[in-house]
Amino acid sequence: MTTQLLLIQALNGLQLGILLFLIAAGLTLVFGVMDFINLAHGVQYMIGAYLAAWIAGATGSFWLALLLALPLALALGLLLEFLVFRHLYDRDHLQQVLATFGVILVLNQGVKALFGAAPLQVPMPEALTGGIRLMEGLLYPTYRIAIIAGGLATAGLLWWLVERTKVGMLVRAGATNAPMVAALGVDIRRLFMIVFGFGAMLAGFAGVLAAPILSVEPGMGDHLLILAFVVIVIGGIGSIRGAFVAALLVGLVETLGRSLVPDLMRLFLSASEARQVGAAIASMLVYIAMAAILAFRPAGLFPVRAG
Amino acid sequence: MTHPETGFGRRALLGASAFGATALALPGLARAQAAPVKIGLVAVLTGPQAALGTHLRDGFQLAMRHLENRLGGRPAEVLVIDDELRPDAAVGKVRAALERDRCDFIVGVVFSNILAAIIRPVTETQTFLISTNAGPSPIAGRGCSPFFFATSYVNDQNHAVLGAAANDGVEVGGQMRQIRRAIIITPNYQAGRDAAAGFKSTFRGEVMDEIYVPLTTTDFSAELARIAAARPDAIYTFMPGGLGVQFVRQYRQAGITIPFLSAFTVDEAVLPAQGEAALGLFTGTTWTPTLPTEQNARFVNDFLGQYNYVPASYAAHAYDSAFLLDSAIRRVNGNLADKGALRGAIRAADFRSVRGGFRFGSNHFPVQDFWLARVGRRADGRFQTEHVRKVFENAVDPFAAECRMPAG
Repeated sequence: MTTQLLLIQALNGLQLGILLFLIAAGLTLVFGVMDFINLAHGVQYMIGAYLAAWIAGATGSFWLALLLALPLALALGLLLEFLVFRHLYDRDHLQQVLATFGVILVLNQGVKALFGAAPLQVPMPEALTGGIRLMEGLLYPTYRIAIIAGGLATAGLLWWLVERTKVGMLVRAGATNAPMVAALGVDIRRLFMIVFGFGAMLAGFAGVLAAPILSVEPGMGDHLLILAFVVIVIGGIGSIRGAFVAALLVGLVETLGRSLVPDLMRLFLSASEARQVGAAIASMLVYIAMAAILAFRPAGLFPVRAG
Repeated sequence: MTHPETGFGRRALLGASAFGATALALPGLARAQAAPVKIGLVAVLTGPQAALGTHLRDGFQLAMRHLENRLGGRPAEVLVIDDELRPDAAVGKVRAALERDRCDFIVGVVFSNILAAIIRPVTETQTFLISTNAGPSPIAGRGCSPFFFATSYVNDQNHAVLGAAANDGVEVGGQMRQIRRAIIITPNYQAGRDAAAGFKSTFRGEVMDEIYVPLTTTDFSAELARIAAARPDAIYTFMPGGLGVQFVRQYRQAGITIPFLSAFTVDEAVLPAQGEAALGLFTGTTWTPTLPTEQNARFVNDFLGQYNYVPASYAAHAYDSAFLLDSAIRRVNGNLADKGALRGAIRAADFRSVRGGFRFGSNHFPVQDFWLARVGRRADGRFQTEHVRKVFENAVDPFAAECRMPAG
């Protein structure tokens, strides 16, 4: 493995990490602030992608799709909050898991009924097609670089919102001790709604960004949701900073693991065994990393809640 | 047409001979000739792979339309069963179709694991099961059944086609490319490993590397970088459904120009989503919309007119199986009770396939031609696979020799 290839893989890992961060940011806030397990968060990602596919299909413009999909994703998130999630905040986690799992099933089938089961395609914006030649025979798509840039900008904006604004301060306070914030006269329900809507929009944003490189299909968010949970657990529940660091970590471990582990295995095993075992270990690596981190820091890298 | 009294005589005879078998056969006879033939059509219609099942269902139903909802002169009824790609659900629903709805035939099935789950429940009741897609090798070999037929292929054959095609090189951009070194990339599960084995069974060049990715992979950038760095003469891949959409688009976006050989990766079920990214990629198949037979032209035109999308081989094989049943039921004059005669009638395969010639081998799998095909654009702007050259002619699958077909 050359340095060049290693750098390209690191870039790939970074880009996966950025997408994960956008999903995990909302999830960690909702879980941290409201103590609410929202399995349906991955569906918000799918909805963002479908909105992009739908609007881009109707108008032919990716930018218009991006512009319109965000408020629509926000509106749908708020609608779900109003119809379903609001009634679950005071219930125990098992009931939340059951109900939000139901939402996954309903929405996965819903998009299938509306858009069909076949994967949809979202064209890449004209200005971002093409790529940068990083290695002979391989272009790094400009669009992926744009994802990294867009994601980093969003992370910066989020940091500013959470660390430097009044709403952000309330959110941080809510993540640390929600009943106390409510006792101080803050309308915690409204805060929940804002956090929830914003989280849904971020996940939708990730969906829109991913749509031109991945296929848009029912259930596309389900796998990423599991990784997003890994991210927020590693990062410390409720911590945006933790989610950011953990998302990049998971992205890098997943990507570099997939390319390095089979090669490493070849040092000990025969070629065909190395391929099989390497592929199996590579897919476990993220979870092994999570277990290792939790063994040393049971509350994650950046724990929020005291006690 | 059988006279009612003939049917009654046979019924008495069977009743005397074997009670168990007759208990199942009786209701079929009692319903006389006017009663419809019931077909249980099994396809995956929910979940991420539902697009494939939709092709299968629509292909069969177009055939029923062409046959005016009659099979071999008897009215026919199609009961669509969604297997949900869950073996337990499939078995439950198929059992209900056999016992409650009294289906005379079970037809369909996209995925091999579903077929493996339902084959015994169906064939144990002495009902004929016609697979229109799934063709796992055990059922073609040692596990062959007198009550099972496939109008599709043995899974491994499509992979072997590409290995054989690679030996002769492929034409890319008007230039013949020799393929001496190849990289195989497939998902890390049984069918993925079978695909790699199938390709290697006929490919004589060097396999530089085999890359196995998790089934849930959505981003192939790490693997694509590895492929580009290794610079093989070609890649061979098997990425069904959504996996293929992502893989193909990312392959193009990465600007990789290495020839792309595949099976079940670029077909009409996913081409609408792959779009231009798939243009020029190779696949191995039994059928393409461009095969110049009269039946095929009618099938493709009417399918487009009826459902407004280009059919894939899932649809074509399902279409064929309806005509197969039509021919078989006609041959036995609508009498489905004599299983031996019915089996002989199915085996005769006296119908005109969209693929041209069609006959069954000793293991009830087709003996047929396989093609190297390439993705092209139709005059109407849609995408389709187009046959390039015949790779195997009248090919018998490699497992047929292992089949000792038991007497029904």
